[in-house]
Amino acid sequence: MKKALVSIAFGLTASLFATGASAQATLNSVKQKGFLTCGSNTGLAGFGQPDAQGNWTGLDVDLCRAIAAAIFDDPTKVRFIPLAAKDRFTALQSGEVDVLSRNSTATMSRDTQLGLDFPVINYFDGQGFMVRKKLGVSSAKELNGASICTQQGTTTELNLADYFRANNMKYEVVAFATSDETFKAYDAGRCDAFTTDASGLYAERLRASAPDDHIVLPEIISKEPLGPAVRHGDNNWGDIVRWVHNAMLNAEELGVTKANVEQMKTSTNPEIKRLLGTEGKFGEAIGLTNDWAVRVIKHVGNYGESFEKNVGEGSRLKIKRGQNALWTKGGLQYGIPVR
Amino acid sequence: MQTAVSQTSPPKKSFLYDPKVRGIFYQVVLVAAIIFLFYMAATNAIENLQRAKIASGFGFLNNTAGFDISQTLIQFSAAGGTYGDAFIVGLLNTLVVSAIGIFFTTFLGFLIGIARLSKNWVVANVAMVYVEVLRNVPLLVQLLFWYIAVLGALPQPRNSLEMGAGFYLNSRGLFMARPLWGDTIWVLVAVLAIGIVGTLLYRRWAKQQQERTGRQSPVGKVALALLLGLPILTWILLALLGTNPITFELPRKGTFNLTGGMQVLPEFVALLLGLVTYTAAFIAEIVRAGILAVSKGQTEAAGSLGLKPGQTLRLVVVPQAMRVIIPPLTSQYLNLTKNSSLAVAIGYPDLVQVFMGTVLNQTGQAIEVVVITMGVYLTISLVTSFFMNIYNRRMAIVER
Ligand SMILES: N[C@@H](CCC(=O)N[C@@H](CS)C(=O)NCC(=O)O)C(=O)O
Repeated sequence: MKKALVSIAFGLTASLFATGASAQATLNSVKQKGFLTCGSNTGLAGFGQPDAQGNWTGLDVDLCRAIAAAIFDDPTKVRFIPLAAKDRFTALQSGEVDVLSRNSTATMSRDTQLGLDFPVINYFDGQGFMVRKKLGVSSAKELNGASICTQQGTTTELNLADYFRANNMKYEVVAFATSDETFKAYDAGRCDAFTTDASGLYAERLRASAPDDHIVLPEIISKEPLGPAVRHGDNNWGDIVRWVHNAMLNAEELGVTKANVEQMKTSTNPEIKRLLGTEGKFGEAIGLTNDWAVRVIKHVGNYGESFEKNVGEGSRLKIKRGQNALWTKGGLQYGIPVR
Repeated sequence: MQTAVSQTSPPKKSFLYDPKVRGIFYQVVLVAAIIFLFYMAATNAIENLQRAKIASGFGFLNNTAGFDISQTLIQFSAAGGTYGDAFIVGLLNTLVVSAIGIFFTTFLGFLIGIARLSKNWVVANVAMVYVEVLRNVPLLVQLLFWYIAVLGALPQPRNSLEMGAGFYLNSRGLFMARPLWGDTIWVLVAVLAIGIVGTLLYRRWAKQQQERTGRQSPVGKVALALLLGLPILTWILLALLGTNPITFELPRKGTFNLTGGMQVLPEFVALLLGLVTYTAAFIAEIVRAGILAVSKGQTEAAGSLGLKPGQTLRLVVVPQAMRVIIPPLTSQYLNLTKNSSLAVAIGYPDLVQVFMGTVLNQTGQAIEVVVITMGVYLTISLVTSFFMNIYNRRMAIVER
């Protein structure tokens, strides 16, 4: 609540009295500050979460670390600002954060009416439902009359309304301001079902008092292309975010990893040479150094490495690559070429 | 005449030096400067929003909302409802919890305030502990306590607690029979109206009679008979005639929960409980202070005139205490209304939760939404103050 008020107040004053941003403004201000401010989740296992020591980890967190690495050659030069769903866009609009990397769905209204851009999709997702096993429900189509806990200010609460309307079913929605409140209410028995992005379901289930008492229903009711967001208008900054993610994808495709990136610099493969900056001046074109991608891969790893470590086999979530596999492996992640 | 005027008026000075003119001049300048500042801020904001490609203006209120709300006092659905409708839903939810809250907290607050002054040691101390505990724990904590305690203690819908007379309780709320109006409901309404008018007339007559002769009439009993007895009798009569004016739809067991009937959400109950018990602690102190402010001589004088303690309290002490009580009581009413916005923490869809939460986020129009919300709270507060001031004036000492 306080957080919300602060960021709203901040946003109001900023938009009342600030003057417009010039080109390259974000990159310059980040360099000047000496660190990147990254809007992150308040705590979503595998995607963005601080540990007991306050170290942030997760797939979305890694993207911010990768951007910092590309700029400063140091992945720790990031300040994470945890944002609840309903505060996140105001915080980005007002300049409180430089980039929002927090399981946010790219939609047309967010892109065009909130003054934002979504340069890339770093996780293809869809919305699902979780219920208690003892309810004996095995499909979302059986949820007629159920009460459902969800979080405010999300695409989730809109999809929910759409789905029940389209299937001619009744439901009772109970909406909360934060994911903490939402999940606690579900766990305490206020609702029959809990709904959010499928990734979020798996992450939240780990928080349940008895995770094995809950199942995720098979239906995926929406498209949730999750990705980082930046302010509309600073195209250079958007380019940096776009190319950092694409560098991680291309690195995975070309077999460049955290471990072998230094050796790969001597590779004769022209694609690798352009990626790692031993040929061409691609880094300079976006206001960085030409070894920008080396920095990203050296400190954070390629997309596959980040995925497996945070949400895949190396994590408690054990999410399959699925749609997030590279296009060469039947997935949707497609690195656009560096050339 | 004219010479007299010119004699008494001061020597002619330039009107520039007239302090009154100067005063007005400075005030006009100040007002103009403030208006200019607001104008600048507004145009600058609009310009900045447009440059940042952020939507602005109030047109969004007519757009389809696309989300549902748990408690709606007007017809509202994701399909047909607009953001403007969602605003009204939230506003009504705020008003309803505030109005019911003010009613109960006044009652509870007076009870506890009077109890604190009780000569009974136990009663006085229980009241004191109540006041000290409730006003010293932050309201947010109390709300979370009520919500989690209420939720945690209640059974799941499949094991609903049956309380008789169509009342059920479970973790989805309180369920009760929904009255369905029959064709003859107008008879009942008419009888009730007759009862109300009759009571008012009788009260006037009783007062006049007392002023003339000093004889008292059983106003309470007559009112009860007219307001309750008469309608109930009519109802029974109509039912016997086979045209029951009110029938009840009882909650039934559904797949997940009880369906049909009426449902009071646990969020509402928790918020109401929290607001009522918290504000009552403050009102109790105000009432105690008000009663103590009435000089003891008044009580003694009433006693020597033969009034019983209850009558003394009702007829002598409280009316005088009210003059001290009303102004701070008004601020407690305003506090309760504004505190109802803590609903966000427990998912009750009040104005702040629905409008500043969901609508602000789905539309991204922070400035408009915040300005509207502030305007609403300001209006509610001013209207409450207005009526309380009227009441205050009526209760003020009438100098004779
Ligand atoms: N992808 C959806 C939902 C994102 C979202 O906020 N999900 C929730 C539930 S998993 C969340 O991460 N909440 C954490 C928080 O608000 O702190 C959107 O962009 O609207």
